Amino acid sequence: MGEYIAILIGSSLISNVVLSQFLGLCPFLGVSKKTETATGMGVAVIFVITISSFVTGVIYKFLLIPLGISYLQTIVFILIIAALVQFVEMFLKKYVVSLYNSLGVYLPLITTNCAVLGVALTNVQKDYSIGKGVANGFATAVGFTISIILLAGLREKMEYNNIPKPLQGMPHVLLTAGLMAIAFCGFSGISF
Amino acid sequence: MNKSTERLYNGIIKENPTFVLTLGMCPTLAVTTSAINGLGMGLSTMVVLALSNLMIAALRNFIPNRVRIPAFIVIVASFVTMTQLLLQGFVPSLYKSLGIYIPLIVVNCIILGRAESYASKNPMIPSLFDGIGMGLGFTMALTMIGLVREILGSGKAFGFQILPDSYVPISIFIMAPGAFFVLAALTAIQNKIKIEGEKKGKDMSRIQSGCNSDCAACGETGCGHRFYDENAKPGPVGKVNAEETKAAKAEVKAEAAKAEVKAEAKEEVKAEAKEEVKEAVKAEEGKEENK
Repeated sequence: MGEYIAILIGSSLISNVVLSQFLGLCPFLGVSKKTETATGMGVAVIFVITISSFVTGVIYKFLLIPLGISYLQTIVFILIIAALVQFVEMFLKKYVVSLYNSLGVYLPLITTNCAVLGVALTNVQKDYSIGKGVANGFATAVGFTISIILLAGLREKMEYNNIPKPLQGMPHVLLTAGLMAIAFCGFSGISF
Repeated sequence: MNKSTERLYNGIIKENPTFVLTLGMCPTLAVTTSAINGLGMGLSTMVVLALSNLMIAALRNFIPNRVRIPAFIVIVASFVTMTQLLLQGFVPSLYKSLGIYIPLIVVNCIILGRAESYASKNPMIPSLFDGIGMGLGFTMALTMIGLVREILGSGKAFGFQILPDSYVPISIFIMAPGAFFVLAALTAIQNKIKIEGEKKGKDMSRIQSGCNSDCAACGETGCGHRFYDENAKPGPVGKVNAEETKAAKAEVKAEAAKAEVKAEAKEEVKAEAKEEVKEAVKAEEGKEENK
Protein backbone atom coordinates (compact mmCIF):
# COMPACT_ATOMS: atom_id res chain seq x y z
CA MET A 1 0.00 0.00 0.00
CA GLY A 2 2.80 2.37 0.93
CA GLU A 3 4.37 1.88 -2.50
CA TYR A 4 1.12 2.85 -4.20
CA ILE A 5 0.88 6.06 -2.17
CA ALA A 6 4.49 6.86 -3.02
CA ILE A 7 3.74 6.37 -6.74
CA LEU A 8 0.56 8.48 -6.53
CA ILE A 9 2.27 11.45 -4.87
CA GLY A 10 5.56 11.05 -6.72
CA SER A 11 4.06 11.01 -10.21
CA SER A 12 1.44 13.69 -9.67
CA LEU A 13 3.40 16.28 -7.70
CA ILE A 14 7.11 15.59 -7.26
CA SER A 15 8.00 14.72 -10.84
CA ASN A 16 5.07 16.52 -12.46
CA VAL A 17 4.63 15.38 -16.02
CA VAL A 18 4.50 18.86 -17.55
CA LEU A 19 6.46 21.06 -15.22
CA SER A 20 9.45 18.83 -14.62
CA GLN A 21 9.38 16.27 -17.44
CA PHE A 22 8.04 18.49 -20.26
CA LEU A 23 5.66 15.88 -21.63
CA GLY A 24 2.32 16.95 -23.10
CA LEU A 25 3.38 20.56 -23.54
CA CYS A 26 1.26 21.20 -26.66
CA PRO A 27 -2.15 20.77 -24.96
CA PHE A 28 -0.72 22.40 -21.79
CA LEU A 29 0.01 25.60 -23.72
CA GLY A 30 -2.75 25.29 -26.31
CA VAL A 31 -5.90 24.38 -24.36
CA SER A 32 -5.28 26.46 -21.23
CA LYS A 33 -7.12 29.65 -22.15
CA LYS A 34 -10.23 28.91 -20.09
CA THR A 35 -10.64 26.83 -16.94
CA GLU A 36 -13.63 25.04 -18.47
CA THR A 37 -11.82 23.70 -21.53
CA ALA A 38 -8.74 22.97 -19.43
CA THR A 39 -10.86 20.82 -17.10
CA GLY A 40 -12.35 18.99 -20.09
CA MET A 41 -8.91 18.29 -21.51
CA GLY A 42 -7.63 17.18 -18.10
CA VAL A 43 -10.46 14.72 -17.57
CA ALA A 44 -10.02 13.33 -21.11
CA VAL A 45 -6.30 12.84 -20.43
CA ILE A 46 -6.97 11.05 -17.11
CA PHE A 47 -9.45 8.78 -18.91
CA VAL A 48 -7.15 7.92 -21.82
CA ILE A 49 -3.90 7.53 -19.87
CA THR A 50 -5.47 5.26 -17.25
CA ILE A 51 -6.98 2.97 -19.90
CA SER A 52 -3.90 2.99 -22.10
CA SER A 53 -1.48 2.23 -19.26
CA PHE A 54 -3.62 -0.80 -18.40
CA VAL A 55 -3.82 -2.02 -22.01
CA THR A 56 -0.13 -1.47 -22.79
CA GLY A 57 0.82 -3.13 -19.49
CA VAL A 58 -1.24 -6.22 -20.29
CA ILE A 59 0.10 -6.44 -23.84
CA TYR A 60 3.71 -5.99 -22.69
CA LYS A 61 3.44 -8.65 -19.96
CA PHE A 62 1.40 -11.26 -21.85
CA LEU A 63 2.39 -10.74 -25.48
CA LEU A 64 5.73 -9.01 -25.96
CA ILE A 65 7.71 -10.71 -23.17
CA PRO A 66 6.57 -14.31 -23.88
CA LEU A 67 7.31 -13.81 -27.59
CA GLY A 68 10.70 -12.24 -26.81
CA ILE A 69 10.02 -9.13 -28.87
CA SER A 70 10.09 -6.50 -26.14
CA TYR A 71 12.39 -4.36 -28.32
CA LEU A 72 9.31 -3.61 -30.47
CA GLN A 73 7.66 -1.79 -27.54
CA THR A 74 7.77 1.71 -29.08
CA ILE A 75 6.08 0.63 -32.32
CA VAL A 76 3.46 -1.52 -30.57
CA PHE A 77 2.66 1.06 -27.88
CA ILE A 78 2.14 4.01 -30.22
CA LEU A 79 -0.09 1.95 -32.52
CA ILE A 80 -2.12 0.66 -29.59
CA ILE A 81 -2.53 4.15 -28.18
CA ALA A 82 -3.57 5.68 -31.50
CA ALA A 83 -6.07 2.90 -32.17
CA LEU A 84 -7.34 2.93 -28.60
CA VAL A 85 -8.05 6.66 -28.63
CA GLN A 86 -10.09 6.37 -31.79
CA PHE A 87 -11.88 3.30 -30.45
CA VAL A 88 -12.75 5.11 -27.21
CA GLU A 89 -14.04 8.04 -29.25
CA MET A 90 -16.26 5.78 -31.36
CA PHE A 91 -17.50 3.90 -28.28
CA LEU A 92 -18.43 7.09 -26.43
CA LYS A 93 -20.11 8.54 -29.52
CA LYS A 94 -22.34 5.48 -29.79
CA TYR A 95 -23.09 4.59 -26.16
CA VAL A 96 -22.25 7.44 -23.75
CA VAL A 97 -23.36 10.48 -25.68
CA SER A 98 -23.29 12.89 -22.73
CA LEU A 99 -19.64 12.06 -21.99
CA TYR A 100 -18.83 12.29 -25.71
CA ASN A 101 -20.33 15.76 -25.88
CA SER A 102 -18.06 17.03 -23.12
CA LEU A 103 -14.84 15.15 -24.00
CA GLY A 104 -15.21 14.37 -27.71
CA VAL A 105 -13.42 17.46 -28.96
CA TYR A 106 -10.29 16.71 -26.97
CA LEU A 107 -9.95 13.00 -27.69
CA PRO A 108 -8.30 13.19 -31.14
CA LEU A 109 -5.84 15.74 -29.77
CA ILE A 110 -4.55 13.17 -27.30
CA THR A 111 -3.41 10.59 -29.88
CA THR A 112 0.04 12.06 -30.33
CA ASN A 113 0.25 13.57 -26.86
CA CYS A 114 3.67 12.44 -25.75
CA ALA A 115 2.53 12.07 -22.13
CA VAL A 116 0.48 8.97 -23.04
CA LEU A 117 3.39 7.20 -24.73
CA GLY A 118 5.75 8.54 -22.05
CA VAL A 119 3.74 6.90 -19.27
CA ALA A 120 3.58 3.55 -21.11
CA LEU A 121 7.37 3.59 -21.61
CA THR A 122 8.11 4.69 -18.03
CA ASN A 123 6.01 1.82 -16.70
CA VAL A 124 8.18 -0.61 -18.67
CA GLN A 125 11.43 1.13 -17.76
CA LYS A 126 10.68 1.10 -14.04
CA ASP A 127 9.42 -2.48 -14.26
CA TYR A 128 6.06 -1.73 -12.65
CA SER A 129 3.43 -4.45 -12.26
CA ILE A 130 0.15 -3.84 -14.09
CA GLY A 131 -1.56 -2.45 -10.96
CA LYS A 132 1.34 -0.09 -10.24
CA GLY A 133 1.42 0.91 -13.89
CA VAL A 134 -2.23 1.92 -13.80
CA ALA A 135 -1.64 3.84 -10.56
CA ASN A 136 1.34 5.59 -12.14
CA GLY A 137 -0.70 6.46 -15.24
CA PHE A 138 -3.60 7.79 -13.20
CA ALA A 139 -1.31 9.86 -10.96
CA THR A 140 0.62 11.29 -13.92
CA ALA A 141 -2.64 12.32 -15.59
CA VAL A 142 -3.88 13.89 -12.34
CA GLY A 143 -0.62 15.86 -12.19
CA PHE A 144 -1.26 17.04 -15.76
CA THR A 145 -4.82 18.07 -14.87
CA ILE A 146 -3.71 19.96 -11.75
CA SER A 147 -1.09 21.96 -13.64
CA ILE A 148 -3.28 22.72 -16.70
CA ILE A 149 -6.18 23.94 -14.51
CA LEU A 150 -3.82 26.09 -12.42
CA LEU A 151 -2.31 27.60 -15.55
CA ALA A 152 -5.76 28.26 -17.05
CA GLY A 153 -6.83 30.03 -13.84
CA LEU A 154 -3.73 32.23 -13.94
CA ARG A 155 -4.22 32.98 -17.64
CA GLU A 156 -7.84 34.03 -17.06
CA LYS A 157 -6.67 36.50 -14.42
CA MET A 158 -3.92 37.88 -16.64
CA GLU A 159 -6.04 38.36 -19.71
CA TYR A 160 -6.80 42.03 -19.01
CA ASN A 161 -3.36 42.93 -17.71
CA ASN A 162 -1.20 45.42 -19.51
CA ILE A 163 1.52 43.20 -20.95
CA PRO A 164 4.26 44.57 -23.29
CA LYS A 165 3.41 43.68 -26.87
CA PRO A 166 6.26 41.27 -27.67
CA LEU A 167 5.52 39.34 -24.45
CA GLN A 168 1.84 38.81 -25.30
CA GLY A 169 0.72 35.31 -26.21
CA MET A 170 3.22 32.49 -25.78
CA PRO A 171 6.07 34.29 -23.92
CA HIS A 172 4.05 35.32 -20.89
CA VAL A 173 2.40 31.89 -20.71
CA LEU A 174 5.86 30.30 -20.70
CA LEU A 175 7.06 32.70 -18.00
CA THR A 176 4.04 31.77 -15.89
CA ALA A 177 4.77 28.08 -16.47
CA GLY A 178 8.38 28.68 -15.40
CA LEU A 179 7.27 30.27 -12.14
CA MET A 180 4.88 27.36 -11.57
CA ALA A 181 7.79 24.98 -12.21
CA ILE A 182 9.81 26.75 -9.50
CA ALA A 183 6.88 26.32 -7.12
CA PHE A 184 6.65 22.63 -8.00
CA CYS A 185 10.40 22.25 -7.33
CA GLY A 186 9.40 22.70 -3.70
CA PHE A 187 7.78 19.27 -3.73
CA SER A 188 11.11 17.60 -4.46
CA GLY A 189 11.94 17.74 -0.75
CA ILE A 190 9.26 15.15 -0.03
CA SER A 191 10.64 11.64 0.25
CA PHE A 192 9.26 8.30 1.28
CA MET B 1 18.98 27.36 -56.89
CA ASN B 2 19.38 23.59 -57.00
CA LYS B 3 16.36 21.76 -55.56
CA SER B 4 18.40 19.91 -52.89
CA THR B 5 20.26 23.00 -51.69
CA GLU B 6 16.95 24.86 -51.68
CA ARG B 7 15.47 22.20 -49.34
CA LEU B 8 18.51 22.44 -47.03
CA TYR B 9 18.27 26.25 -46.94
CA ASN B 10 14.52 26.00 -46.32
CA GLY B 11 14.98 23.66 -43.36
CA ILE B 12 17.89 25.45 -41.71
CA ILE B 13 16.94 29.12 -42.21
CA LYS B 14 13.63 29.85 -43.90
CA GLU B 15 11.38 27.38 -42.06
CA ASN B 16 13.57 26.46 -39.11
CA PRO B 17 11.39 24.05 -37.07
CA THR B 18 12.27 25.58 -33.70
CA PHE B 19 12.94 29.26 -34.34
CA VAL B 20 10.33 29.88 -37.06
CA LEU B 21 7.67 27.17 -36.85
CA THR B 22 7.96 26.48 -33.07
CA LEU B 23 7.36 22.74 -33.44
CA GLY B 24 8.56 19.86 -31.29
CA MET B 25 8.70 21.77 -28.02
CA CYS B 26 8.85 18.77 -25.66
CA PRO B 27 12.38 17.61 -26.59
CA THR B 28 13.49 21.22 -27.08
CA LEU B 29 12.78 22.00 -23.45
CA ALA B 30 13.63 18.65 -21.92
CA VAL B 31 17.06 17.73 -23.27
CA THR B 32 18.75 21.11 -23.67
CA THR B 33 20.35 21.08 -20.22
CA SER B 34 23.72 21.03 -21.98
CA ALA B 35 24.93 21.72 -25.52
CA ILE B 36 26.12 18.16 -26.05
CA ASN B 37 22.71 16.71 -25.10
CA GLY B 38 21.02 19.12 -27.51
CA LEU B 39 23.43 18.11 -30.26
CA GLY B 40 22.86 14.40 -29.64
CA MET B 41 19.07 14.75 -29.61
CA GLY B 42 19.14 16.91 -32.74
CA LEU B 43 21.30 14.45 -34.66
CA SER B 44 19.16 11.45 -33.63
CA THR B 45 16.04 13.29 -34.75
CA MET B 46 17.76 14.23 -38.02
CA VAL B 47 18.62 10.60 -38.80
CA VAL B 48 15.05 9.48 -38.12
CA LEU B 49 13.56 12.39 -40.06
CA ALA B 50 15.75 11.93 -43.15
CA LEU B 51 15.31 8.15 -43.33
CA SER B 52 11.56 8.16 -42.67
CA ASN B 53 11.07 10.96 -45.23
CA LEU B 54 13.00 8.88 -47.77
CA MET B 55 10.99 5.76 -46.98
CA ILE B 56 7.61 7.51 -47.06
CA ALA B 57 8.45 9.21 -50.35
CA ALA B 58 9.46 5.85 -51.81
CA LEU B 59 6.23 4.20 -50.66
CA ARG B 60 3.91 7.11 -51.39
CA ASN B 61 2.29 5.34 -54.35
CA PHE B 62 1.54 2.23 -52.27
CA ILE B 63 0.28 3.59 -48.92
CA PRO B 64 -3.54 3.84 -48.94
CA ASN B 65 -4.63 7.37 -48.11
CA ARG B 66 -7.12 6.36 -45.44
CA VAL B 67 -4.64 4.52 -43.25
CA ARG B 68 -1.68 6.78 -43.97
CA ILE B 69 -1.23 7.86 -40.33
CA PRO B 70 -0.68 4.34 -38.93
CA ALA B 71 1.59 3.59 -41.91
CA PHE B 72 3.67 6.71 -41.24
CA ILE B 73 3.77 5.92 -37.52
CA VAL B 74 5.05 2.38 -38.17
CA ILE B 75 7.80 3.65 -40.49
CA VAL B 76 8.87 6.41 -38.08
CA ALA B 77 8.71 4.10 -35.05
CA SER B 78 10.87 1.48 -36.79
CA PHE B 79 13.61 4.01 -37.49
CA VAL B 80 13.33 5.35 -33.94
CA THR B 81 13.78 1.85 -32.53
CA MET B 82 16.84 1.30 -34.74
CA THR B 83 18.35 4.62 -33.62
CA GLN B 84 17.61 3.78 -30.01
CA LEU B 85 19.33 0.38 -30.22
CA LEU B 86 22.35 1.87 -32.05
CA LEU B 87 22.72 4.63 -29.43
CA GLN B 88 22.40 2.09 -26.63
CA GLY B 89 25.13 -0.01 -28.21
CA PHE B 90 27.63 2.63 -29.30
CA VAL B 91 27.01 5.85 -27.29
CA PRO B 92 25.74 4.57 -23.93
CA SER B 93 26.50 7.85 -22.11
CA LEU B 94 24.25 9.83 -24.47
CA TYR B 95 21.61 7.08 -24.34
CA LYS B 96 21.57 7.38 -20.57
CA SER B 97 21.30 11.17 -20.47
CA LEU B 98 18.56 11.37 -23.15
CA GLY B 99 16.64 8.47 -21.61
CA ILE B 100 12.94 8.31 -22.41
CA TYR B 101 13.14 11.19 -24.91
CA ILE B 102 14.71 8.95 -27.58
CA PRO B 103 11.64 6.68 -28.05
CA LEU B 104 9.49 9.82 -27.78
CA ILE B 105 10.97 11.05 -31.09
CA VAL B 106 8.04 9.07 -32.58
CA VAL B 107 5.51 11.64 -31.39
CA ASN B 108 7.62 14.66 -32.38
CA CYS B 109 5.30 16.89 -34.44
CA ILE B 110 8.09 17.78 -36.87
CA ILE B 111 8.40 14.23 -38.20
CA LEU B 112 4.72 13.45 -38.84
CA GLY B 113 4.26 17.03 -40.05
CA ARG B 114 6.98 16.69 -42.71
CA ALA B 115 5.63 13.27 -43.71
CA GLU B 116 2.16 14.72 -44.26
CA SER B 117 3.11 18.00 -45.86
CA TYR B 118 6.21 17.13 -47.89
CA ALA B 119 7.37 13.52 -48.16
CA SER B 120 3.98 12.12 -49.19
CA LYS B 121 3.80 14.50 -52.15
CA ASN B 122 7.34 14.66 -53.46
CA PRO B 123 9.95 12.32 -54.97
CA MET B 124 12.63 10.60 -52.90
CA ILE B 125 15.70 12.82 -53.33
CA PRO B 126 14.05 16.18 -52.44
CA SER B 127 12.28 14.45 -49.51
CA LEU B 128 15.60 13.12 -48.22
CA PHE B 129 17.16 16.57 -48.41
CA ASP B 130 14.06 18.10 -46.84
CA GLY B 131 14.54 15.74 -43.89
CA ILE B 132 18.25 16.50 -43.63
CA GLY B 133 17.60 20.25 -43.82
CA MET B 134 14.86 20.23 -41.19
CA GLY B 135 16.99 17.94 -39.01
CA LEU B 136 20.01 20.23 -39.29
CA GLY B 137 17.84 23.24 -38.44
CA PHE B 138 16.51 21.40 -35.38
CA THR B 139 20.03 20.29 -34.35
CA MET B 140 21.35 23.83 -34.68
CA ALA B 141 18.50 25.26 -32.61
CA LEU B 142 18.82 22.64 -29.84
CA THR B 143 22.60 23.07 -29.65
CA MET B 144 22.27 26.84 -29.40
CA ILE B 145 19.59 26.69 -26.69
CA GLY B 146 21.65 24.07 -24.85
CA LEU B 147 24.77 26.25 -25.09
CA VAL B 148 22.97 29.28 -23.64
CA ARG B 149 21.54 27.23 -20.77
CA GLU B 150 24.85 25.51 -20.07
CA ILE B 151 26.89 28.75 -20.05
CA LEU B 152 24.41 30.57 -17.79
CA GLY B 153 23.67 27.59 -15.57
CA SER B 154 27.12 26.10 -15.04
CA GLY B 155 29.65 28.42 -16.72
CA LYS B 156 30.69 25.69 -19.15
CA ALA B 157 30.41 25.15 -22.88
CA PHE B 158 30.40 21.58 -24.24
CA GLY B 159 31.69 20.49 -20.82
CA PHE B 160 34.70 22.86 -20.77
CA GLN B 161 34.92 25.64 -18.19
CA ILE B 162 34.85 28.95 -20.10
CA LEU B 163 33.68 31.50 -17.55
CA PRO B 164 36.12 32.42 -14.71
CA ASP B 165 35.73 30.80 -11.30
CA SER B 166 34.48 34.10 -9.87
CA TYR B 167 31.27 33.60 -11.89
CA VAL B 168 28.52 32.18 -9.71
CA PRO B 169 26.41 29.89 -11.92
CA ILE B 170 22.68 30.61 -12.06
CA SER B 171 21.90 26.95 -11.61
CA ILE B 172 18.15 27.41 -12.17
CA PHE B 173 18.93 27.60 -15.89
CA ILE B 174 19.90 23.95 -16.06
CA MET B 175 16.86 22.98 -13.99
CA ALA B 176 13.30 22.61 -15.27
CA PRO B 177 12.12 26.25 -14.76
CA GLY B 178 15.11 27.58 -16.71
CA ALA B 179 13.90 25.79 -19.82
CA PHE B 180 10.62 27.69 -19.68
CA PHE B 181 12.39 31.02 -19.16
CA VAL B 182 14.80 30.48 -22.08
CA LEU B 183 11.94 29.50 -24.37
CA ALA B 184 9.92 32.52 -23.18
CA ALA B 185 12.82 34.82 -24.11
CA LEU B 186 13.12 33.10 -27.47
CA THR B 187 9.43 33.45 -28.36
CA ALA B 188 9.49 37.08 -27.16
CA ILE B 189 12.33 37.82 -29.61
CA GLN B 190 10.37 35.99 -32.30
CA ASN B 191 7.27 38.12 -31.59
CA LYS B 192 9.38 41.30 -31.65
CA ILE B 193 10.82 40.40 -35.07
CA LYS B 194 7.31 39.60 -36.31
CA ILE B 195 5.89 42.92 -35.07
CA GLU B 196 8.79 44.91 -36.57
CA GLY B 197 8.42 43.09 -39.88
CA GLU B 198 4.69 43.74 -40.02
CA LYS B 199 5.31 47.43 -39.38
CA LYS B 200 7.47 47.50 -42.49
CA GLY B 201 4.69 45.80 -44.41
CA LYS B 202 6.40 42.44 -44.88
CA ASP B 203 4.49 39.18 -44.86
CA MET B 204 5.41 37.55 -41.55
CA SER B 205 2.71 34.88 -41.46
CA ARG B 206 5.45 32.25 -41.80
CA ILE B 207 6.52 32.84 -38.20
CA GLN B 208 4.26 30.89 -35.87
CA SER B 209 4.27 30.96 -32.12
CA GLY B 210 3.46 27.30 -31.67
CA CYS B 211 0.09 26.23 -30.33
CA ASN B 212 -0.56 29.78 -29.20
CA SER B 213 -4.26 29.79 -29.97
CA ASP B 214 -6.72 27.04 -29.25
CA CYS B 215 -5.36 23.54 -29.86
CA ALA B 216 -8.69 22.35 -31.22
CA ALA B 217 -8.34 24.81 -34.09
CA CYS B 218 -5.22 23.02 -35.36
CA GLY B 219 -7.16 19.75 -35.51
CA GLU B 220 -6.01 17.30 -38.11
CA THR B 221 -3.18 19.43 -39.44
CA GLY B 222 -1.62 19.85 -36.03
CA CYS B 223 -1.32 17.18 -33.40
CA GLY B 224 -4.77 15.64 -33.83
CA HIS B 225 -4.03 12.82 -36.25
CA ARG B 226 -6.68 10.15 -36.51
CA PHE B 227 -5.78 6.51 -36.72
CA TYR B 228 -8.29 5.76 -39.46
CA ASP B 229 -9.31 8.72 -41.56
CA GLU B 230 -12.75 7.78 -42.86
CA ASN B 231 -13.37 11.08 -44.63
CA ALA B 232 -10.22 10.88 -46.74
CA LYS B 233 -10.30 10.00 -50.42
CA PRO B 234 -9.47 6.38 -51.25
CA GLY B 235 -6.37 5.50 -53.23
CA PRO B 236 -2.64 5.68 -52.60
CA VAL B 237 -1.55 8.78 -50.69
CA GLY B 238 0.89 9.98 -53.36
CA LYS B 239 -1.76 9.87 -56.07
CA VAL B 240 -4.40 11.72 -54.01
CA ASN B 241 -1.87 14.39 -53.14
CA ALA B 242 -0.73 14.68 -56.74
CA GLU B 243 -4.35 15.18 -57.81
CA GLU B 244 -4.82 17.80 -55.12
CA THR B 245 -1.72 19.70 -56.16
CA LYS B 246 -2.81 19.47 -59.79
CA ALA B 247 -6.25 20.83 -58.90
CA ALA B 248 -4.67 23.59 -56.83
CA LYS B 249 -2.32 24.46 -59.70
CA ALA B 250 -5.22 24.51 -62.15
CA GLU B 251 -7.11 26.84 -59.83
CA VAL B 252 -4.11 29.14 -59.53
CA LYS B 253 -3.77 29.15 -63.33
CA ALA B 254 -7.46 29.89 -63.79
CA GLU B 255 -7.22 32.74 -61.31
CA ALA B 256 -4.13 34.09 -63.01
CA ALA B 257 -5.93 33.92 -66.36
CA LYS B 258 -8.93 35.75 -64.88
CA ALA B 259 -6.63 38.38 -63.42
CA GLU B 260 -4.97 38.81 -66.83
CA VAL B 261 -8.32 39.18 -68.53
CA LYS B 262 -9.35 41.76 -65.93
CA ALA B 263 -6.07 43.62 -66.32
CA GLU B 264 -6.50 43.67 -70.12
CA ALA B 265 -10.05 44.87 -69.74
CA LYS B 266 -8.89 47.61 -67.41
CA GLU B 267 -6.19 48.66 -69.83
CA GLU B 268 -8.72 48.82 -72.65
CA VAL B 269 -11.01 50.90 -70.51
CA LYS B 270 -8.12 53.17 -69.67
CA ALA B 271 -7.09 53.48 -73.30
CA GLU B 272 -10.66 54.34 -74.28
CA ALA B 273 -10.90 56.86 -71.49
CA LYS B 274 -7.64 58.46 -72.64
CA GLU B 275 -8.89 58.70 -76.21
CA GLU B 276 -12.13 60.27 -75.03
CA VAL B 277 -10.20 62.81 -72.99
CA LYS B 278 -7.99 63.55 -76.00
CA GLU B 279 -11.04 64.03 -78.20
CA ALA B 280 -12.66 66.26 -75.63
CA VAL B 281 -9.46 68.31 -75.38
CA LYS B 282 -9.30 68.55 -79.17
CA ALA B 283 -12.92 69.61 -79.32
CA GLU B 284 -12.32 72.27 -76.69
CA GLU B 285 -9.23 73.46 -78.52
CA GLY B 286 -11.31 73.61 -81.69
CA LYS B 287 -13.98 75.68 -79.86
CA GLU B 288 -11.35 78.06 -78.59
CA GLU B 289 -9.90 78.41 -82.09
CA ASN B 290 -13.40 79.08 -83.43
CA LYS B 291 -13.80 81.83 -80.88
